[in-house]
Amino acid sequence: MGEKILMKGNEVIAEAALRAGCRHYFGYPITPQTEVAHYMARKMEEIGGTFVQAESEVAAINMVYGAASAGVRAMTSSSSPGISLKQEGISYAAGAELPVVIIDIVRCGPGLGGILPAQCDYFQMVKGGGHGDYHNIVLAPQGVQEMYELVVDAFNLADKYRNPVVVMGDGYMGQMMEAVEFRDVERIERYDKPWAACGSEMKREHNTITSIYIEADVLEAHVNHLYEKYRLIEENEVRADVFNCDGADVIIAAYGTCARVTKNVIKDAAKMGIKVGLIRPVTLWPFPKKAFEQYASVPKGILTVEMSMGQMVEDVKLAVGGRNNVYFYGRTGGNVPAQKDILAEVVKIARGEGGDLR
Amino acid sequence: MSIVFERPHALIDRPLHYCPGCTHGIIHRLVAEVLDELGIEGATVGVASVGCTYNSYEYFNCDMVQAAHGRAPAVATGIRRSLPDRTVFTYQGDGDLAAIGTAEIVHAATRGEKITTIFVNNAIYGMTSGQMAPTTLVGQVTTTTPFGRKPELHGYPIRVCEMLSTLEGTAYAERVAVNNVPNIKKAKAAIKRAFQVQQERKGFAIVEVLSICPTNWGMSPEKSLEWLGENMMEHYPLGVYKNVELTSDGAK
Amino acid sequence: MDNQIIFAGFGGQGILSMGRFIAHAGLHEGKHVSWLPSYGPEMRGGTANCNVIVSDEEVGSPIISEATALVVMNQPSLEKFESYVAPGGVIISDSDLVPVKPERSDVRVFSMPATKMAYDLGNPTFAGVILLGKLIKETDVVGYDSFEAALKGILKPKKHYLIPEEMKALRMGADY
Repeated sequence: MGEKILMKGNEVIAEAALRAGCRHYFGYPITPQTEVAHYMARKMEEIGGTFVQAESEVAAINMVYGAASAGVRAMTSSSSPGISLKQEGISYAAGAELPVVIIDIVRCGPGLGGILPAQCDYFQMVKGGGHGDYHNIVLAPQGVQEMYELVVDAFNLADKYRNPVVVMGDGYMGQMMEAVEFRDVERIERYDKPWAACGSEMKREHNTITSIYIEADVLEAHVNHLYEKYRLIEENEVRADVFNCDGADVIIAAYGTCARVTKNVIKDAAKMGIKVGLIRPVTLWPFPKKAFEQYASVPKGILTVEMSMGQMVEDVKLAVGGRNNVYFYGRTGGNVPAQKDILAEVVKIARGEGGDLR
Repeated sequence: MSIVFERPHALIDRPLHYCPGCTHGIIHRLVAEVLDELGIEGATVGVASVGCTYNSYEYFNCDMVQAAHGRAPAVATGIRRSLPDRTVFTYQGDGDLAAIGTAEIVHAATRGEKITTIFVNNAIYGMTSGQMAPTTLVGQVTTTTPFGRKPELHGYPIRVCEMLSTLEGTAYAERVAVNNVPNIKKAKAAIKRAFQVQQERKGFAIVEVLSICPTNWGMSPEKSLEWLGENMMEHYPLGVYKNVELTSDGAK
Repeated sequence: MDNQIIFAGFGGQGILSMGRFIAHAGLHEGKHVSWLPSYGPEMRGGTANCNVIVSDEEVGSPIISEATALVVMNQPSLEKFESYVAPGGVIISDSDLVPVKPERSDVRVFSMPATKMAYDLGNPTFAGVILLGKLIKETDVVGYDSFEAALKGILKPKKHYLIPEEMKALRMGADY
């Protein structure tokens, strides 16, 4: 067991990446994730790694694309408007099957929106904000310790499946400080990369990294291959935190900061005689459908709480498959659903007085 | 009998898909000859861009990475920073480099990235069938300037070598042409130097190659070569715009 | 114990650092802690605040809905956060900067001239530490030794010479 230290989420992201063997970081400043770049700029110079402050988010993701092509662990980080710009590169990386790690510390939108925390990037990260048929693996930490673990896992999963992996947290996940213990060094997995474009040394056929397949049948075969891989990921990598759900009256679906607030709501509701469960997807893609299927018959229904106008709720509805009522409560613009307001929704639903039925 | 002429090893023996008369084949060959002569094929990673040469990775025998439109210098930056002992080049057209990828090329140059850029300027978009390029000459007819490029409507053509040579990070910038044999020889020498600049880690190196597009110019290959000499060179003078001394210069 | 403390004031007063010291000290005692800053546009010259939780149990929401204590260093912050304090909670304010007293009668209010006391000590930046002294005295959120350990952990070594003076200011606040 190591020492517990107090660190900001954003700093932990950078430290976790370094511990996972990332020596190549490319970024562009944007609030509320800029501390990742600050940390990387200092550390990379100290350890002889690469930090490039790119000319744009577009350039940064393409630098990551290049570094990943060369076979090294590479990462970029940004926040929502910057992520929109990176979508081109993410689609290319998915198509070219490159292990890239992207951090999204989400702020409220659309447009320039604001810098306060939000979860309104769910669609653009989970549903594939770029063009084409592809999926990102999307991991959603609920605190600083888990941020460390999921960033390390992100590098492992990216290499394992040769696929973009996103670690997505609302602004508070990057800004808050909690204790973190840098344990589980054995979490770091190593994968050979015989496919990398790193110079053939005339010892093998030349390697090519590409996402273009101009013949219909060839491209279809390639996309089918990607979807075979996605099926494997759905089989093997789904993660959810299922808490207090057995015998619950109402189940809340929430991730990130909303899941943390829900933990308090569960205590408040218990005092009122209402048992509330929580299903917290840790992997937003692959989505933990089975957890929702298992608890689809919860007596009073499922309430999805988000810092958005309702994005994940669509996946909850799909997973529940019409077997139960799915309600929604959300705040946006940088506001976080308040404990008392979530509780009020829970009480209404538990009493059969309805709610925002989706 | 001794072999006096053969296909460079760095160029794969495969028919090129380019249009008849296109000069990409010549430029590919020059790059491959240089990789052979410097003995760096196995230590080189090339970056293909978007445009007619999107699949140049099918022709070069070194490791290749295909980049999104305009992003080749950023991709090359990522590769070069990850592989400090390797040689990295981009092969880009005028639309890719001077329009959608302007930010990437300018910043790769000003950072002094140790990469070599082969910039093929034929004053038109080839792959998408002959639209105006940032390098299209004033008065030149394209599918999006059907009455000729008019500065008041379409602005002026960009001189890339001149622009990039103002940046401290650019160590070498030369404009060459492939319209006749003497110029092709000079083009090869420039390409070779652009790789040597990278080998000596002097900074960013670019060779702009004036090239032709008979298909979209609507001329025969022969006429196109003439047109290049008569029209393009006036706006895009050949020559060295930026140079640094190399230790290999002293060895000569 | 579950301490839920809101620190609020102007940007530049060291509000976020005050929260950090308490969170660090809490961690030093093996408690569960969280520190959540406001990072909105108000950071630039406007108001700043942070939510600090120091608890024997795992921290649920890092966002405080009901505070056990409020430490304020300007009038707007008092107006904004006064209602967050749970009955029986504590409000500590710098009377030099917060001229109007809290209206609440169901909480314990400590209004003290921290800025003047800091000037008298010869270092105006000590106003925050003086208020923290009162906070520690009234809530027992952390021990004095833990606070000193937190200072050692956070301050750069070249600033460690300040620690005895900081601790003196802390005690002064506690004893006011």
